[in-house]
Parts: sequence; structure tokens; C-alpha cells
Amino acid sequence: MATEPISGAEIIVKALIDQGVEVIFGYPGGAVLPLYDALFKQNKMRHILVRHEQAAVHAAEGYARSTGKVGVVLVTSGPGATNAVTGLTDALMDSIPIVCLTGQVPTHLIGNDAFQEADTTGITRPCTKHNYLVKSVEDLSRKVHEAFYVARSGRPGPVLLDLPKDVQQAKYEYVNHAGQRHRTYNPAQKPDRSQVERAVELMASAKRPLFYIGGGCINSGPLACKMLADFIRLTGFPCTQTLMGLGAFPASDPLSLGMVGMHGMFESNHAMHDCDVMINIGARFDDRVTGRLNAFSPGSKKIHVDIDPSSINKSVRVDIPVIGDVGHVVEEMMRIWKARQVKVDHKALAAWWDQINQWRGRDCLKYKTSDTIIKPQFALERLHAAIKDKDFYITTEVGQHQMWAAQFLKFEKPNRWMTSGGLGTMGYGLPAAYGVQVAHPNSLVIDVAGEASILMNIQEMATLVQYRLPVKIFIMNNKWMGMVRQWQELLHGGRYSESYSDALPDFVKLAEAFGAAGLRAEKPGDLDGVIKQMIDIKGPVMVDVCVDEKENCFPMIPSGAPHNEMLLGPDDQSAKPVSEEGMVLV
Amino acid sequence: MKEMTIERHTMSVLVDNEAGVLARVIGLFSGRGYNIESLTVAEVDAAKHLSRITVVTSGTPMIIDQIKNQLQRLVPVHSVTDLTVEGPSLEREMALVKVVGSGEKRVESLRIADIFRARVVDSTIESFVFEMTGSTEKLNAFINLMQPLGLADVSRTGIVAMKRGTDRN
Repeated sequence: MATEPISGAEIIVKALIDQGVEVIFGYPGGAVLPLYDALFKQNKMRHILVRHEQAAVHAAEGYARSTGKVGVVLVTSGPGATNAVTGLTDALMDSIPIVCLTGQVPTHLIGNDAFQEADTTGITRPCTKHNYLVKSVEDLSRKVHEAFYVARSGRPGPVLLDLPKDVQQAKYEYVNHAGQRHRTYNPAQKPDRSQVERAVELMASAKRPLFYIGGGCINSGPLACKMLADFIRLTGFPCTQTLMGLGAFPASDPLSLGMVGMHGMFESNHAMHDCDVMINIGARFDDRVTGRLNAFSPGSKKIHVDIDPSSINKSVRVDIPVIGDVGHVVEEMMRIWKARQVKVDHKALAAWWDQINQWRGRDCLKYKTSDTIIKPQFALERLHAAIKDKDFYITTEVGQHQMWAAQFLKFEKPNRWMTSGGLGTMGYGLPAAYGVQVAHPNSLVIDVAGEASILMNIQEMATLVQYRLPVKIFIMNNKWMGMVRQWQELLHGGRYSESYSDALPDFVKLAEAFGAAGLRAEKPGDLDGVIKQMIDIKGPVMVDVCVDEKENCFPMIPSGAPHNEMLLGPDDQSAKPVSEEGMVLV
Repeated sequence: MKEMTIERHTMSVLVDNEAGVLARVIGLFSGRGYNIESLTVAEVDAAKHLSRITVVTSGTPMIIDQIKNQLQRLVPVHSVTDLTVEGPSLEREMALVKVVGSGEKRVESLRIADIFRARVVDSTIESFVFEMTGSTEKLNAFINLMQPLGLADVSRTGIVAMKRGTDRN
């Protein structure tokens, strides 16, 4: 196994290649020069030069989320590492497998406040799944391989390797540790069978069942999602998805109720509230989904399938926890279901569907159409009509446009929808989009953006142009930080404190300045033509869609309210004043 | 409501003795708002590079479960044993107690120390340092009694704990 001694930097490169890494998103600097030198001398991996280290992590997230592989980031010490912190936190919250390599000052200078020194492992301890400061070249090959193993195993997450410059230069032999069993970290994949049996029994007895599926299904892989879909169809139960779970079950399936949560579908939220058996698969009872905890689905027995035991009973007490990988759990559920020839209560289920169809009949995404101004919902409907038969991937920034995109774009397959769910990071969408595009060069990749979010990582336009990545940026420009403005309107008496962006750039000229194409849609009639042009142009395109400035995102569960008190629109008369407790919620 | 009662639990956490492992554990507690009432750590197996962290914490049963699960998912953690649940177990703490004084008070402190089976580990004409091992309650009682007799300094180790009987943890 062992070979001639080579430099630490070369060991890292070899280990990355052995891990099957195809692309690295990075930005060079003093403390990673040996690594960049080693990269220069190889041609197995591609390096994408980003324009800000935060973007490197988001790009790796887009790459990882759309492929199921580990995303790799390479940045320098000090500011390189601190800039990566937002991306790492984002990946931790959304369980995205990332390996982030950071340069560090040489070991003898650590702790001396050296130039571009930061306590990277200290700073990133709470925002990574695990991190390593590799102080000796002897440990290097083992730790690089271990980082990949930890990033992708169990509940995936970001892992950081801090690499002092002298360790990159020291020589040692490389050993391929890929596939080695870990001393302590071996999360269980297969569930406890008796728990699955209990879960199936509870499901078989359900009168008003509901599947509530999340991002964990997508992390489990397309095959697991396929099995899950088969199982859901076998049961005939309704299925709602979280923001992170969109695409895990086909949106067009009649059993799909669409998204659940604060801006989720009326029927999904009412079904959550009224169900008698909730089957949570790979979701985590996030506060955007549960709303007020003591009013959350009060009458249901709950099954919770999660690979991470710490997700169980964290905020919502469940009746049957099942620890394991979604794929394995669903396979077992299906097997037991079939073996027992489960007969569901068809009469009760029919009544439940009647009720659900009544809720569906409220048509909660209905909005006031206009012939003169572009309604943001309309823009997304036109976008969806234009792309629905194409091989497309969507990323988003964060805010109103993100919620509208989640409501109006329909996903039939997993890994097609990349959004910052847990952390809610403005500036995520553009770098994530080119991370996706790098992995899928011939697919249509669109970043649905807001004009405020896009400015948070606008420098990444240069990356798009440099690598001729034909990402389409669909800016829903309402000149406001729309979600902030919406909350100020609903909760703070319409005092729009600092939520209006004066002096916005001309996005068409801005795109052109970067060397990309710029388009604009000002009237509803412009949309179809502009969208077609956007898709037809071969290179990167930025579209400035001038949408209604005052439109709010509905339906909405107001802060602190239960699921069955959703607001359907601006004229909904059932609105109650938000409670004191509701006001403090984010 | 049982869900709301605050319970005190002692957990024994076996970890790889590597740089930063204590910071990970402490960071977990502070980052998630859990309580630490006592924490001790030392290497227990040099050959295998294992350290044992004994942490006394408090919270509702749901929080206690969370703490256990959160600790368990830290990569360098080998095992987490909730000694309060998986009992019976032993808990011991050691204290060094400095008492400064003369005359009758000095004699009295020595007499009480004798009753508590504390050892004198340092002495001057006007002071004693007592070493005492026992349960937290016993240490508290001793320290309280020393208060009027010239208590000057206290240094305590925090709790170390272990399962009784043949079981390993």
C-alpha cells in the first residue's frame, strides 16, 4: 500500500482523487500555495475559481445536492476560512456533505497571531459536523479519507480539514484509507425491525393518515425516493413535503398535497393539524413546519424516521421513533406491509380524502391577476410552463421569491431543487446554481432570485462568465426586501424600516458589464418571450423581471398561530392579531 | 407535569483523547443552552488514547435525552452512559479546603475534620489544608461547618462517577 514519500499537498491531491473528487470550488492564498501547486500538476480534477469563499461552499452545496456526491471546497487561512463560515453553517443546517480544506499558518506559528491566522477549527467547531487540525503529515492521508467518510455517513454534513502550510510541504508516504471502518463513528443504517413493525401496525390502523417527508429522503438517494413513492402509492395515503423535501415525491401525483409549513399549502397544513397518524420520513419538525408547538397536530400519533437519533423528540414528542436510513426503513416497511397483507380502512380513508379535497378546493395559491403589472406568481407560472418538459434544476435565494418558487414550480424528481432551508442564506442561489451546472453541464439551471439576495453574491457573475456556465438568473425584482417588508406590514404597523433598496443597479447593464446577457420583462405580455430568449441564449443570462412591488406571499401561518388558522390572502377576514409570543418568533 | 420536571443526571462520556474534544463537548452544552453543574476530564487509558468526561447536568427528561443523543453523535465520542438511569452507580468528589485560624477554632476544625475523615495535607501554625473525598453532599456539609472556623479557600474536582458491580461503561 505504502509508496515513496511525497509532499503533504500531493498526499491530499491523491486522496481526493481516490475519493472520486471531480471538481473543487476554491480560491487560492498564501497558506494553500503548496496545494495549488499540486493541483496545477494534475489533470484529474477540475478547479473552479470562485470570487468569494462563501460562494465556494454554496457552489459545493449545489454540486452535492444535485449529485448526491460530496462537495469539495479549498480556501486559504484566516479570511478565506472565516468567509467560508456562512456556507459551512448553511451546509450543516441542511445536512449537505461537504469537505472544506482550509490552509493554516505553519504549525510553529499557530497561536502567534501570525499573518492571516485564525483559529479555524475553533471558529468552525459549532458549524461543522466535525473538523480536524492536521498537525502532522503522518496523519494526513488517514484524516482526509476520514473527512469524506464522516461528511457522507449518517446524517451528512460539512467537515473541515485545517492544513498548516508546513504539513502541506512535509514529505511522507501516501496510504489509501478509503473504505476503512471508523473507530467511533458508525451510524446505524438499518432500523430496529420491531420499531418498523410497530410503525406499520399504527399505519394500518389509521383513519386519517399523512406522510410528511423531508430532505432526509433526498439525502438517502433517488432509489430511496423511488421506493418511498412506491410505498406511498401502495398505502394510498396523502403525502406532504417540506421545503427541503420537494421532489422526493412527484408533485403531479394525486397523492401529493404539496409543501407544508408557514407558506405551505392550505390542504397540507390542515391535514397536518387534523391527521390521526403522521408518518414523518426524513424531516425534522422544523419550526417553519410545526408553527406553535403546543397546537401542532394535537390529535395524531407520530412515527418519526430519521438517521440522526438527536432529531427524535427534539421539539415534538413522537410515539414511534425509527432510527435508520430512509431507503432501508422504507424497504423494511414495504416488506412487512406486503407480508401482512395490510388492509387499510378504505371507508375512513375515503372520508379523509373527501375532507382533503374540500381543503384543496379552497385553491390556496389563487392570486389577483393583472394585465398591467407582472405578478410574481404569474412570472413563476410562465417560467414553469416553459421549463416543465425540460431537464431543469432550480436554485433560489432567500425570501418571498423562494417561497413562491416552492409553491409554483413543481418537482417530479429529487435533487432538482436547491434552496437554503435551515439557515435561510441570502446569496445562496447564484453560486449553488453554478455548482449544479458544473455537475450537469447540459441541463437547464435557473437561479430564481430576488433583487436584494442576488446582490449578496453578485461577484459570482464573473465565475459564470469565466467558465461559460450557462446559468439563468431569474430575478423577481420588486425593489423591496419582500419578506422583511411583508412582516413589517403584517406585524409592525407598516413601518418599513430599511427594507427598501434605493439605488438598485440596472441589472441588464450589470449582466453586460460582467460579460453575460441581460434581459428585462416589464409587462405581463413580455414574459413568455423573455423566458424563451433566456432559455435559448447559450451562455449565462440575467433576467430582470419587474414584478408587483406590494405583493405578499400567501397562504401564510402567522407567527405563533396553529396550522388551521392559515391566512389565505390579503383580504382574508379570519386574520387574528398576532400574540405577544408570536411577535418574538422569527 | 412530568415533562416539565427538572432532573439531575450524571453522564459518563468516553472520548478519544485528542485536541479539542473537551471544547466540542463544552461547546455543545453552551451552544444548545444545556446546563453543566459539574465537569471532570482526564485520560483513563493512555495506550488507547481514551479520556473520560464525567458531566453532571440538569433538564427535563426530553432535554436529558437530547443531551445524550447530541453527545453520542460527536465523532470522537465512543460511548455515553447515563449513570442516573443505568444505575446503581457511585459518585465521588474531592476537595482541598484551607482553614486559617488559631486557638479553639483551629482545634475545632481539626476535630470536625477527623469526624469527616478528612486528611490534613498541609499545615502551618495558623492554617490547615484538608483533603477530603466523598459525595457532593458530604463535601458541602464539611465546607459549611468550616465556614465559621476560618474557611479561606476551597478547590473541588467536580464529580467522578462509575457504575457499581461488574458492568463496564
